[in-house]
Amino acid sequence: MLSRVADNLFWMARYLERIENLARLLDASASLMLDLPRRLSPGWQPLITITGNMSTYNELAADYSERAVVRFVVSERKNPSSMITSIAHAREIARTVRDILPREVWECINELYLYVDEHADDAAVKRTRYAFLGHVTACTQTLTGMFEGTFSEGDALSFITLGRNIERADMSSRIVDVRAATMLAAGNEDELLPFESVLWMSLLHSLSGYQMYRLRMRERVYGTGVVRFLLADEHFPRACVCCLRRVEEVLHRLPNSQPLLRRVARMRRAIHRTQFESLGQGQLHGFIDRLQLSLGRTNDELARIYFVARGAPPAVAPDQVA
Amino acid sequence: MRIAWDQYPAAANFDELIAPGGMPRPGASALIDFLAALGPQELAARQKAAEVAIRAMGITFTVYHEEGGSIDRAWPLDIIPRVIALDEWRRIEAGLQQRAQALNMFIDDIYHDQRIIRDDVFPRMYLADSANFRPQCVGVDPPRGIWAHICGSDLVRGADGTMYVLEDNLRVPSGVSYMLENRQVVKRVFPEVFEAAGILPVDEYPMHLFDMLRALVPSHVEQPEIVVLTPGIYNSAYFEHAYLAHQMGCELVEGSDLAVGDDDYVHMRTIDGWQRVDVIYRRIDDLFLDPEAFRKDSALGVPGLMRAWRAGKVALANAPGAGVADDKLVYTFVPAMIRYYLDQDAILPNVPSYLCCDDRQREHVLANLDKLVVKPANESGGYGMLMGPRSSEDERRQFAELVRAHPRNYIAQPVISLSTTPTLVEGGLEPRHLDLRPFILSGSKVRVTMGGLTRVAMRKGSLVVNSSQGGGSKDTWIVDTSVENAIARS
Repeated sequence: MLSRVADNLFWMARYLERIENLARLLDASASLMLDLPRRLSPGWQPLITITGNMSTYNELAADYSERAVVRFVVSERKNPSSMITSIAHAREIARTVRDILPREVWECINELYLYVDEHADDAAVKRTRYAFLGHVTACTQTLTGMFEGTFSEGDALSFITLGRNIERADMSSRIVDVRAATMLAAGNEDELLPFESVLWMSLLHSLSGYQMYRLRMRERVYGTGVVRFLLADEHFPRACVCCLRRVEEVLHRLPNSQPLLRRVARMRRAIHRTQFESLGQGQLHGFIDRLQLSLGRTNDELARIYFVARGAPPAVAPDQVA
Repeated sequence: MRIAWDQYPAAANFDELIAPGGMPRPGASALIDFLAALGPQELAARQKAAEVAIRAMGITFTVYHEEGGSIDRAWPLDIIPRVIALDEWRRIEAGLQQRAQALNMFIDDIYHDQRIIRDDVFPRMYLADSANFRPQCVGVDPPRGIWAHICGSDLVRGADGTMYVLEDNLRVPSGVSYMLENRQVVKRVFPEVFEAAGILPVDEYPMHLFDMLRALVPSHVEQPEIVVLTPGIYNSAYFEHAYLAHQMGCELVEGSDLAVGDDDYVHMRTIDGWQRVDVIYRRIDDLFLDPEAFRKDSALGVPGLMRAWRAGKVALANAPGAGVADDKLVYTFVPAMIRYYLDQDAILPNVPSYLCCDDRQREHVLANLDKLVVKPANESGGYGMLMGPRSSEDERRQFAELVRAHPRNYIAQPVISLSTTPTLVEGGLEPRHLDLRPFILSGSKVRVTMGGLTRVAMRKGSLVVNSSQGGGSKDTWIVDTSVENAIARS
């Protein structure tokens, strides 16, 4: 597979995954706001913290009103990680690798772009928001299904899977980081007030993890339980460790992947060894920070090994060597 | 309400579907009956359905200087097909095969012995001034002596029904993907007619293209690497490059993906290191192909590519230098070439042309600028032309100066009143002018697409069919009339 194509597929998958995460995050945040008394509401600011680009936001908006934040996250083209920017990037990339995408995949990405572009205003209005986000999530899930269901196993699918899982691990850890900062700061989870439980449930909902949490943990929703589940669970597809495990599986099939495999294995071990129960909020933040840094390095190393030119072309044709 | 064909304006031009007196042309009767039964509202609904399908399928073409992030537009398709009876098509096909064969022999001759010049059939001075003659190609022997593997020839029909060749595109002709996609869309929109009429399929093109490219590699090379080289997503034909690569199952590469090694082989950069490339279907113009050989500022090409090609280590389609025959001045000599190389008369006539570099002919052109079309010899896409009858005095004065200053750069032709065909416009069906671009593949066999891409001027009276200038397109039906006749008899 061409290096440029691998690079493109990897980023296309990252952007598509990002759109889905943004939709989930918005949906869960919006429903949380409806449940909480105004004085306890974390407000809309955490959404900007989670998705990054705080300085761009501050240039464009005066406050953290619902309207301004949702607009920034959904339809602001100046925000490099907004939904519209992400789907526009994914579509541009899909165009460049159109020759290897099944036709339905291209059509689906194209439709999703047109939908987000035309219906972005629906996200700003409470009444239509749910339907808008639901449609976006359904589309991205359809795409994930198409990748699994219509792509032959091979390099193309490998780089798509890598992109999706690295983006997912990145986003899950960001969400845990920001939400935990709001909540663990309050202190002792043994004395969880009823609304705090609602906050943790919202965190699970934003990653579609509520039911899986209940099935897996078989206990009530509490702070460190949720953090452990979302970071260290081996089987929940949006948990960091599960994403890393899938990255490892793919790397085993790719050439020259030894240094990457070592790095990912180290990350998994680090998460498993961590006693989340004994971490304070500051330590958790430090831990996630290192995790994110390591994910960033994994991304860079992938680029170095697979996407960037390595050395000069051979002086003797390969078949003459053999 | 039904479509009243007797209301269809009887044009002064040749109409492709309706003969004088309102009867359908051969091959068109099934379509005409079907359309009449549909009625205008249903027709409009089907046009809408086609547009939705085109949007959903993402069939686009790129327009330069578009604002904002959206760089492409939905492909404009008029759902009313253009019909040619198979009998007539067979003759056109033979004419195109003959033409492609002669053109390839001409190019090969020009880069070798130049017999045609020595025998005084083609004047040497015309070659000396040619913008598309590449000295770098002299003496090179591409496989089978074929240079223009893919040719797109534009055909127009005059008022008396004669089909003329207007020009031959031998550099990087485009449009074939739209021919294929138009058929996909129209099959969705008019499934009923496809069941009844004997419409011949067009879908074999990508397979034939692949076979032709495959044959450029010696057969003992197993699984040769064949790639499509594109300038990238900002090129107006990028959609087509991706489409053809996809249809053939080939890699779509950009110049930066390729490198030429010290062994003169071309390699592409893959996740597993460098891999050799055997055939390149290049969609980049000659001058951008290789900064070492041509334009030094080209970022689209591959340094050393010409060296690899000259050494026979990689095949290029079309071969560099093939454009020497893609020149309106050379065009005027094609009938002579056919006689010279094949000892045959041209089956398809050229549009009569005046050479501005000939003193006597130039005077005639200058005296009749208001009646003629003046065309630059080396441009394509309908740019830089003078449409005499519609020009202002000022424009004519400008062109007269241009022609006097650079006579080699211009030819002139009488205005052909292009044939028309019913086209869906607001308020129903009206005649609009059109042309036809079939594609000719030259390999061990010379194959012609079944029909081609029909382009139509959507504005009333306009003769400009280029999509970059507001033209539309149509599906082209080659209809086996023996089916029609059998139905009529039964």
